[in-house]
Amino acid sequence: MNIRRYFGEHVFPPLIGIGLFIIVWMILAQSSEALPGPLKTWDSAVALFSDPFYNHGPNDQGIGWNILNSLGRVGVGFGLAALVGIPLGFIIGRIEFIDKMSSPIISMLRPVSPLAWLPIGLLVFKAANPAAIWVIFISSIWPMIINTAMGVRQLPQDYLNVARVLNLSEWKIFTKILFPATLPYMLTGIRLAIGTAWLVIVAAEMLTGGVGIGFWVWDEWNNLNVEHIIIAIFIVGIVGLLLEMMLVRLAKRFSY
Amino acid sequence: MKKYVNVENVQMSFDTRKGVFVALKDVNLSIARGEFITLIGHSGCGKSTLLNLIAGLLIPTDGILLCADREIAGPGPDRGVVFQNHSLLPWLTCFDNVHLAVERVFGATEDKVQLKIRTQDALALVHLTHAEQKYPHEISGGMKQRVGIARALAMQPKVLLMDEPFGALDALTRAHLQDELMKIVAKTNSTVIMVTHDVDEAVLLSDRIVMMTNGPAATIGEILEVDLPRPRNRLALANDARYHGLRGAVLEFLYQKQAKQAA
Repeated sequence: MNIRRYFGEHVFPPLIGIGLFIIVWMILAQSSEALPGPLKTWDSAVALFSDPFYNHGPNDQGIGWNILNSLGRVGVGFGLAALVGIPLGFIIGRIEFIDKMSSPIISMLRPVSPLAWLPIGLLVFKAANPAAIWVIFISSIWPMIINTAMGVRQLPQDYLNVARVLNLSEWKIFTKILFPATLPYMLTGIRLAIGTAWLVIVAAEMLTGGVGIGFWVWDEWNNLNVEHIIIAIFIVGIVGLLLEMMLVRLAKRFSY
Repeated sequence: MKKYVNVENVQMSFDTRKGVFVALKDVNLSIARGEFITLIGHSGCGKSTLLNLIAGLLIPTDGILLCADREIAGPGPDRGVVFQNHSLLPWLTCFDNVHLAVERVFGATEDKVQLKIRTQDALALVHLTHAEQKYPHEISGGMKQRVGIARALAMQPKVLLMDEPFGALDALTRAHLQDELMKIVAKTNSTVIMVTHDVDEAVLLSDRIVMMTNGPAATIGEILEVDLPRPRNRLALANDARYHGLRGAVLEFLYQKQAKQAA
């Protein structure tokens, strides 16, 4: 491969994009007193990341702890959602009666903003942390149910015929045909779910408080530390991107 | 001669949006053990439907189907099916695809080593020992079809059902697999029912060619005995007058008696 061409096609365009973004940001920062420019933000980020894991009590912890705490909440909420949502998706996809039974409820609840579930979580769990996890759970369960069920429904008739001709047991059908055939759909559901979960955690934490990137943003807003707010936006974006890339890579391994 | 597969007064209709569609009507057919039967006819004549009925994938609206004196009430390992599009599971290796069938049929009575040997034997029969650990997407179309045949044969079925098994292959690969199939059938003494729309294939392989009329309400039009001696050789047959006579008879049925109206 021609190195010059590679750079021209894959490296150069994104660099120009980032460059333009920074220039626009600089111009905007020049004309507004409140908005810090890229350089100021960069200096602040270097300072912030020089000591990411300090711990000065529950209200003052390093940025690393905040990120890890948010990731932890997303992991637990998302994991629980997978534990419930994926089997539910299989059942809904496999049994038409249950599909029809659950479809109006899912259609109605799915478009509800995840944050609307927060008061219910606070009410039931009487604590902020489980309530935030509950919001993640409820926001990430829908894509997993829906995509898993779709994968099961779209199982090619050919494979089912093979199962019938070979007289496979239900367990073999599940492990050798249904599960592997549905896996790519499931991974799509997981990807969408983790995207939503990461999207929602910031908002949820703003409301619940505690250690986490969302509350950190709110805290910095109260301190009027605008650089940190901008840094937080980048952090959320980059972590989201990394999660997405991880899952895309995983999905590639299981595409046939 | 004892009849092995019996199709008696079978009728098959499907409920469609436009009403009831009668695909097959008054189909009667008896097949002896060890016989090689091909079903031939224009597309839409219900030949695959008949095969699916024998496979047990479809249940007839009327009439009865028997295999070894037992009614066919569903698919079973006594009838091995080779699908047109091979239908291998893409996430399993060739070995595992065949092993899945072997395990189901013999898993209760044989140990792991025996099951493994059975699987390997089946793949060796179709000359695919070297591709055992390959995945379906790593091998050619002809090889996939051979794995499909190995999978069906590994179950030691009473009847081998093949739905246009070579339809999607190029002419050279098809000829090669036909030759291989003839050898395998001679070795295993299998009873075979094969759907095809290839006249040469039908004459080359069959003991009898079952020619079907055009649908709807298709039925068996004529049955042609192919009394060419075995083993058959496609090169020798190319200059054989009897071969051409039989071929002519099938062509006449298809393109004169059952000529399709131009669509």
